[in-house]
Amino acid sequence: MRKILKIEERFYRVLMFLATTFIGTALFVILFSILRTGLPHLSWEMLSEIPHGGYYFGKSGGIFNAIVGSVYLSLGSSLIAFLVGLPIAMFINIHLIRHTKFVAVIRFLLDLLWGVPSIVYGAFGFTIMVFFGMRTSLMAGIITVSLFILPIIVRAMDEVLRNVPKGLLESSLSLGSTNSEIAYVVYFKQCLPGIITAWLLAFGRAIGDAASILFTTGYTDYVPHALNEPAATLPLAIFFQLSSPIPEVRERAYAASAILIFIVLTVSVISRILGCKYNKNKINF
Amino acid sequence: MHNSVIDIEHLNLYYGKQHILKDINISIPAKKITVILGPSGCGKTTLLRSLNRLTELDASVKMSGKIFLNGQDLLSSKEDVTTIRKKMGLLAQRPYPLPMSIYNNVAYGLRISGRRKKKFLNNRVEYYLRQTNLWEEVKDRLKEPAATLSIGQQQRLCLARGLAVDPQIILADEPTSALDPHSSRMIEEKFAELKSNYTIVLVTHILRQARNIADHVIFMYMGQVVEQADARDFFDNPQEQQTKAYLQGQFY
Repeated sequence: MRKILKIEERFYRVLMFLATTFIGTALFVILFSILRTGLPHLSWEMLSEIPHGGYYFGKSGGIFNAIVGSVYLSLGSSLIAFLVGLPIAMFINIHLIRHTKFVAVIRFLLDLLWGVPSIVYGAFGFTIMVFFGMRTSLMAGIITVSLFILPIIVRAMDEVLRNVPKGLLESSLSLGSTNSEIAYVVYFKQCLPGIITAWLLAFGRAIGDAASILFTTGYTDYVPHALNEPAATLPLAIFFQLSSPIPEVRERAYAASAILIFIVLTVSVISRILGCKYNKNKINF
Repeated sequence: MHNSVIDIEHLNLYYGKQHILKDINISIPAKKITVILGPSGCGKTTLLRSLNRLTELDASVKMSGKIFLNGQDLLSSKEDVTTIRKKMGLLAQRPYPLPMSIYNNVAYGLRISGRRKKKFLNNRVEYYLRQTNLWEEVKDRLKEPAATLSIGQQQRLCLARGLAVDPQIILADEPTSALDPHSSRMIEEKFAELKSNYTIVLVTHILRQARNIADHVIFMYMGQVVEQADARDFFDNPQEQQTKAYLQGQFY
């Protein structure tokens, strides 16, 4: 009996080790191949200049337009999704605490929306644009991407808020707090690190998605100066360069990927630092 | 006999189809410590929570009957539930400090009542921390998070925070169950002092604690009030068979 237990223990240990190694290796290979191909092509020119004539045929220029476009798009849409999503997450966890069935339905619908492919959001955004007679623009892209990441950010914040012990809610109610005071003072402070992580998750999805912005944001070689102008984005810049028959242009796509990864990394680090800074007041129940 | 603050008449509480509280009729005397005693699962915590209407957080709970606070029925009252809750401070089974600094924990209740003057807040925070014997321990680290305090200190902070709202009644739900003996005794001693200004309702299953500090005892079993009496009568001369059995330790 003892021996069987030992074998079982070892079996699961090996299983977990293999799974971890598999994921770790996959991640490493992806990063390595991107950096190996991309780094030699990464230059100041690429970061700081817009495409010159013939850039997509291997001539000079850079993808500054796509970097700026992507940052505008993902910051704008994650900000809108945050401002709309936070009240939703608070509402279903505090104000609707009595209505457990209703909340279960809301969660189910949000999970469904989470699973809808981003190209569907792109098509939906495009239909709306046509209806209002809008052209492809940064604004249309921001709105479409906000819709696309909204279920993600709401459910991520929802999971954090759900873990707040009921005792904290009851204690706060007993002090005579209103639901909104509990939401935006007590729960907000208790969950701030988790809320930042939820925002980061949404930001990552926003900056990495190509399908939802294909028809809505469009593509241009210029840096957008207004919300009604089309904008270039990194995922599409990668896509266009990768589809080129010229090897050098394809390799530049890897450099663009490296830039995208670096932006996500920077944002992650900053938000982790912020998360730790605001973690000190959190009560560990 | 007593000058009562809370009078409960024919209170019934159902959780779904379960009948949790069965025809409760009690009165709670003013400025005394009333202990609700009974084995676990007898409904004593539910009774306490129904007083400040925390039971309403669960949609499957149905209540009927009357709970009078100073002669006003809480269950049919049009008054805002937050106003009612402000009149009753709650001390839970384990401390739930707010996720903010020690100072802000006490100031929170004052701030949400619209008192924001810095000097006033400083003054009050010190006063309530002194009331709960915390001031000397925390006066140099008021800006630190409440999470850095020990569990016993956190529970006293929760008491200070509750007192700062200036309630009439303190509801305590086994407030010492998570605490070490020293902190428990401190809370008990504090209650004995506080009863000159507050009405205290304490739920406990610790017979020793009840004997120590109770003025009035309500004994519950299986959702019903078996006996209620002055502490001396209750312990020295119990009337009901179940009470006698419980006091002799025949069931817990």
